[in-house]
Amino acid sequence: MKKLALSDEILLSIEKPARYIGNEVNMVRKDTDSVDIRFGMCFPDVYEIGMSHLGMQILYDMFNRREDIYCERIFSPWTDLDQIMREKKIPLFALESQDPIKEFDFIGITLQYEMCYTNILQILDLGQIPLHASQRQESDPIIIGGGPCAYNPEPLAEFFDMFYIGEGETVYFQLMDRYKENKKKGGSRREFLEMAAEIEGIYVPSFYDVFYHEDGTIKSMTPNNPHAKATVTKQLVVHMDDATYIEKPVVPFIKATQDRVVLEIQRGCIRGCRFCQAGNVYRPMREHSLEYLKDYAYKLLKNTGHEEISLSSLSSSDYSELEGIVTFLIDEFKGKGVNVSLPSLRIDAFSLDVMSKVQDIRKSSLTFAPEAGSQRLRDVINKGLTEEIILKGASEAFQGGWNRVKLYFMLGLPTETVEDMEGIAELSEKVAEVYYEIPKDQRNGKVQVIASSSFFVPKPFTPFQWARMSTKDEFLQKAYLVKDKFRTMLNQKSLKYNYHEADLTVLEGVLARGDRKISALIEEVYKNGALYDSWSEHFKNDVWMKAFETCGLDPDFYTIRERSLDEIFPWDFINAGVSKEFLKREWQNAIGEKVTPNCRMQCIGCGAKSFKGGVCYENQN
Amino acid sequence: MKIRIKFTKQGPVKFIGHLDVMRYFQKAMRRADVDIKYSEGFSPHQVMSFAAPLGVGLTSNGEYMDIEVHSMTDCDTLMKQLNDVMAEGICVTECHLLNDNAKNAMSLVAAADYTVTFREGKEPEDIKGFFEGLLKFIDQDHILIVKKSKKGEREVDLKNYIYQLSVSDHKIFMKISAGSADNLKPELVMEAYDQWRGEASPEFAFCIQREEVYGNTGDEANPVLVPLGFIGESVE
Repeated sequence: MKKLALSDEILLSIEKPARYIGNEVNMVRKDTDSVDIRFGMCFPDVYEIGMSHLGMQILYDMFNRREDIYCERIFSPWTDLDQIMREKKIPLFALESQDPIKEFDFIGITLQYEMCYTNILQILDLGQIPLHASQRQESDPIIIGGGPCAYNPEPLAEFFDMFYIGEGETVYFQLMDRYKENKKKGGSRREFLEMAAEIEGIYVPSFYDVFYHEDGTIKSMTPNNPHAKATVTKQLVVHMDDATYIEKPVVPFIKATQDRVVLEIQRGCIRGCRFCQAGNVYRPMREHSLEYLKDYAYKLLKNTGHEEISLSSLSSSDYSELEGIVTFLIDEFKGKGVNVSLPSLRIDAFSLDVMSKVQDIRKSSLTFAPEAGSQRLRDVINKGLTEEIILKGASEAFQGGWNRVKLYFMLGLPTETVEDMEGIAELSEKVAEVYYEIPKDQRNGKVQVIASSSFFVPKPFTPFQWARMSTKDEFLQKAYLVKDKFRTMLNQKSLKYNYHEADLTVLEGVLARGDRKISALIEEVYKNGALYDSWSEHFKNDVWMKAFETCGLDPDFYTIRERSLDEIFPWDFINAGVSKEFLKREWQNAIGEKVTPNCRMQCIGCGAKSFKGGVCYENQN
Repeated sequence: MKIRIKFTKQGPVKFIGHLDVMRYFQKAMRRADVDIKYSEGFSPHQVMSFAAPLGVGLTSNGEYMDIEVHSMTDCDTLMKQLNDVMAEGICVTECHLLNDNAKNAMSLVAAADYTVTFREGKEPEDIKGFFEGLLKFIDQDHILIVKKSKKGEREVDLKNYIYQLSVSDHKIFMKISAGSADNLKPELVMEAYDQWRGEASPEFAFCIQREEVYGNTGDEANPVLVPLGFIGESVE
């Protein structure tokens, strides 16, 4: 049995020691001496969150299929252990071998949300790896980043040797082969970075110089190394069924946030909501076949023993075999002690029927995501959901016995007016009224309508990348306005309204559209104790605000500044498929309150067709 | 059919708490394709119960759980099925078919064996003196301690709950009372000794391992302690 990196004494004096011991069912074991490459796959958050991430599991499985690579897992130590590791100078380790991560060849860090950036510095710091790529020596691991936030990697440019822009299944093996090749011929770290820069989708930030205008915007970003490409093109899986999925996911001993089998039914989305980054950067939409999913459903349930299976996608209702897969899961597994949990589906007769089969109606709630309170604003954001659809769906559901509805909204969307905000309360009221149209003797108690609003953050590679974001005070005023409106509603006792934190949203906005200058800010806040910023109990807004001053940076420059259509953005060197021309067109359509049809209705020439697959070529064989 | 299963908990899995061990076995039953019974209702759960929860940090050679199945080939096959899907450190060592009217393991628990050793680097300087003192301590007619519980403080005589305590090869062996009525933790015995000798052992000084769990087939006055694996077994 492998010796653990932490002593019994430490493990017995911290919360949930099982986070750090590895040894779970389906953990991959390899002889570390007989592999060529040691790859540390890192999710910079606590174990239970990281272990719930599907992408990491896919790559863990993929890497470990190769005999010459040993891929191990790395997570952020929780604050209690963090402190002990600093005091005792214990180097951060990977779960499998329990070896220090500084001995590895690669550390791959997945960038799932902006507020994990300080945790990345924690990983490097505790790992005893220099924070800055420029300070790393030949023996230090190569630090590579990927995932949704890699679509604007610039705020993290200082800390990473390279980023990979695209889906993990495609070029990693090529990168690993180059690494071995270089190692074999005794090549240097720099030589490897140059080889890597030639691979499609790989971005080596140190090979680019950024020049700024006096006003702080970018003048130009140009390669300073002949191996670096001017444009880095996103890489993706063209035919989903060609990609291998996970067969034996690691089964945590402690309850992970996602404690179930997850089947990814499709990637990308046809809808084109203008605020949504995933819906844009993962274009075109590509589906798995029903047969592929059935096969994996059996294997995954058998190999994990999980008691629940769920589907994952950006918009499950658009999956062309939805009825097939849902019926299959219910018929095959319901009654064998396996729960089928459905993702949010468009509410219609079919989804209500299957929901009534798999969940206890009295305990479950219906979810709608209108995102905006008025039809006008829903047209601006291109959200196809209408009031009529929501009320009809709610009415059918109420007749079926449901009495709880959740509604999701955003505040601070471009062009938003007082009427749009008040519409949130009015729409919630209308849903409640639909319930009371049902004769009293047929009702199932009282109705509960829970409306939640988050604050809108403009993201790169969306039509709203030019949009001005609201300030914290504006956000809060908007939330108060909505709250006041709720108080005037007839059925206010059946309505509930929640809104998110505003401080965090502002920082998310800075990091999302930040440039290279933001690296200094992240380092400054980390050095002053910021960590686990996405956890409200650990978030220290004052540390961030002070760091802006220390670094001479202005958050308003990144958030509330109006951007001109010809501004060069920090992420413009990336070709994510959707063209800047398309995004501009969509931005203007938004201002003009013009709806754009979805990919199945009509191709609108977003640029993703260049990837030669998916929905762009549906019914065109 | 009621089945009693005995398993070990060794190595890193000692850091897995009792509730997570239960979750672990629920998933293991499905991986092993055990035809286990489920309760009725909207969210059915497996018919499964554990004899005595083991504290985090303790290892064990004698954990017990009961399950009910609709069908199975035989006990050996069931054992193999389960061991094929176990995590390192957890191993099924016995499997017994019980009478349908057998009481569940939890209600039977009367005593347990533990071995206690010093964690590396935590041995006292005078280890011989430590053990000699321990035997003197245990040799007393009464060992009165104040036990704190939710209901308040009460004085109890530990001697009534310690059935056997011996030392050999720097290893303490103790057979002590267990179960819902008079559960005694081995840690408490060591604490009482520290108090008696007026010297505190360092934190985390001891490695504790449970070796066996017993039921009482006699009565209160004349207990007959039998390992749970041998109680209620039906003849195949």
